[in-house]
Amino acid sequence: MSDYAKIISPYKDLPGGIIEAYHALQNKYNYIPEDAIAVAADMFDISLSQAYGVATFYSYFKIGPRGRYVIRICESAPCHVAGADDVIAALEKELGISMGETTEDGKFTLEFAECVGQCQGTPVITINSQPYVNVEPEKVGEILAACK
Amino acid sequence: MIIRIGLGSCGIAAGGLEVWDAIQKVLDEQAMDIQMKKTGCAGMCHYEPLMDVLHDGRQYSYVNLNPAAAAEIVSSLGEGHLPENKYLLSIKDIDKDIDSDLFSGQVRIALRNCGRIDPEAIEDYIDSGGYQSLRRVLLDMTAAECLEEIKTSGLRGRGGAGFPTWFKWKATRDAIDDIKYVVCNADEGDPGAFMDRSLLEGDPHSIIEGLAIAGYAIGAGQGIIYVRAEYPLAVKRLELAIEQARQKSYLGNNIFGSDFSFDLQIKKGAGAFVCGEETALLASLQGERGMPHLKPPFPSEHGYWGHPTSINNVETLANIPWIIQNGGQAFAAVGSDQSKGTKVFALAGKIKYGGLVEVPMGMPLRDIIYDLGGGIRGDGAFKAVQLGGPSGGCIPASLLDTPVDYESITSTGAIMGSGGMVVMDESSCMVDLARFFLDFTQKESCGKCVQCRLGTKRMLEILERICAGQGRKGDIERLESIALHVKESSLCGLGQSAPNPVLTTLKYFRDEYEAHIYEQTCPAHQCKALIHYTIDPEKCKGCGLCARACPVECISGERKKPFVIDQSRCTRCGTCVDICPDKWNAVQVD
Ligand SMILES: Cc1cc2nc3c(=O)[nH]c(=O)nc-3n(C[C@H](O)[C@H](O)[C@H](O)COP(=O)(O)O)c2cc1C
Ligand code: FES
Repeated sequence: MSDYAKIISPYKDLPGGIIEAYHALQNKYNYIPEDAIAVAADMFDISLSQAYGVATFYSYFKIGPRGRYVIRICESAPCHVAGADDVIAALEKELGISMGETTEDGKFTLEFAECVGQCQGTPVITINSQPYVNVEPEKVGEILAACK
Repeated sequence: MIIRIGLGSCGIAAGGLEVWDAIQKVLDEQAMDIQMKKTGCAGMCHYEPLMDVLHDGRQYSYVNLNPAAAAEIVSSLGEGHLPENKYLLSIKDIDKDIDSDLFSGQVRIALRNCGRIDPEAIEDYIDSGGYQSLRRVLLDMTAAECLEEIKTSGLRGRGGAGFPTWFKWKATRDAIDDIKYVVCNADEGDPGAFMDRSLLEGDPHSIIEGLAIAGYAIGAGQGIIYVRAEYPLAVKRLELAIEQARQKSYLGNNIFGSDFSFDLQIKKGAGAFVCGEETALLASLQGERGMPHLKPPFPSEHGYWGHPTSINNVETLANIPWIIQNGGQAFAAVGSDQSKGTKVFALAGKIKYGGLVEVPMGMPLRDIIYDLGGGIRGDGAFKAVQLGGPSGGCIPASLLDTPVDYESITSTGAIMGSGGMVVMDESSCMVDLARFFLDFTQKESCGKCVQCRLGTKRMLEILERICAGQGRKGDIERLESIALHVKESSLCGLGQSAPNPVLTTLKYFRDEYEAHIYEQTCPAHQCKALIHYTIDPEKCKGCGLCARACPVECISGERKKPFVIDQSRCTRCGTCVDICPDKWNAVQVD
């Protein structure tokens, strides 16, 4: 039995609480399980399409499984100018997957992000929301190795 | 003696926690009685990890530390010895010239506590005069007097539009309803901007105090901070600060024994740039898709769940306690005629000293970039500075003497924006940059109005083909025509400002567009489809390094004879340029 209802219920009576509920789900699973959306629609008494609409509008939410370590690479202009492309190439090579994919062992997912507000040290990536700044392609291996 | 370590998320990312641990270890081992204090970011991000030692009325700043170096410095503190080694950046008298040096020309109002106090300790904030302004308005001022003080200060919203803050407060106050709200917009999403993050991480209580004062002035009992989920440390420190303020009864019922009651909650965003727009923000607060709606009605009449709501930016609010404490006149004395006070800018891109600066309005761009930012990083020459992110524009070298105030910046075609300043040198292609910002706005467009949804897409397509070497005659004119339509007729500020990067680059760098379309060249050598790598047979020594390094094996030749690149297979990755020894420099890009 899933615990979706249990995770969602503290937010059920908050006005506009569905976004908080989604945050709570994503906190637990690192993504929003597809089945949980139907549960949320039910509990907030909105249509399934509305519940989907909210979940898919926001890029921080991801429906469907992703890895234990979600690596997001900033592709906004300042990071781009500073060489984000090379970092992307290094990550893809090191992990053997392309942007948007998850490694077979379910450990790493690669995603694009827009500016995460650490532009003092471009290029920037985040791993499970923790920022890494001034990332050089040569340092990628070391950073990944620290994800146990 | 006090040791302060910068532990904003920028300091942590630079390795500040490791430095903290190393120092802690030395203090424990040698049983030294020195107080350690974590602070937010002082703005000198390029110097992190950073440690200030306060001793005998002086502040010793050690910068670009690593754990071992920090441990060594701290070891010698026991004998009262402060080593003057290569990590020591400056020694200042704490009360006298603390704002000198790198801070020269800076005036710290919004950032007054950042890098000085521990953002997780309410006592620190109180010791530096915190919550006294709230006390003063509640006990000594009527709401009308408070509004008047803000009016005198001339404070204009720092979120981008520059709308007078007192006017917005008054409109909300005058709206008739028993329930009113004040909202802090902490959804900072402009690429290149991180001022609000630093404020939230470095001095959360000043935002809370600012919100409470706003609440009193407009008659709101409830405040909401809408902060982006990408700022976990800001969220954590805000949560802690709110809890501490409640415990000290600065939030809650009958604050300072007055009949004013006020409380706060935090709502997290979820990664949608458009939610920084105030009506979209309200939709998001209500648990909906973050789509804006047409104004009027303005949030000050019809906001959160239909109640009058004043939405204010983080930096705007951080100024409020200072204004009450020092008087509106003191604030208005700083800055220029139409733009009072200071503005915090985030310096990023090809700048030597990346970080935050707070300057009086009216300072010329040149002084900010060269005097405070140290000029261009590397040996390139300055080309342009991008202000206001995807809603702003590029300002060329010829306009570097433009003063930073709302009107002057707007007259260049850019906007003041929230404070992001991305500096570019000659290696940046302006067409590519415009394409990049359009790619951003096109993705972030919520899709509600046709002008923005389709207009940004069509403009992006044109820019993409120009960068791909397939620009057509008439493309520039087409871009201009679409840009004007999107600007004039989009529903919200996102669409209305989305064409700015295109229009300003067209205005100041039209020749680059023309070179792409008519001459099939990219003057900055950035657009891959328009550059060619060739080997100069005169310079090539035939070592074969490039041929071995080429990932697609398109370079061939015999040893000791000039090599050749097969243009049809070359992917323009640039590996050959990098690997060819500098002394020969045989690979040419054109
Ligand atoms: C697309 C878009 C994004 C915006 N993003 C922000 C933002 O991240 N932070 C902010 O304070 N204001 C942002 N604004 C401006 C707000 O709509 C609003 O004007 C501001 O929060 C008002 O506060 P102020 O008067 O203190 O500046 C944005 C506007 C638009 C059109
Ligand atoms: S542009 Fe990449 S973090 Fe801001």
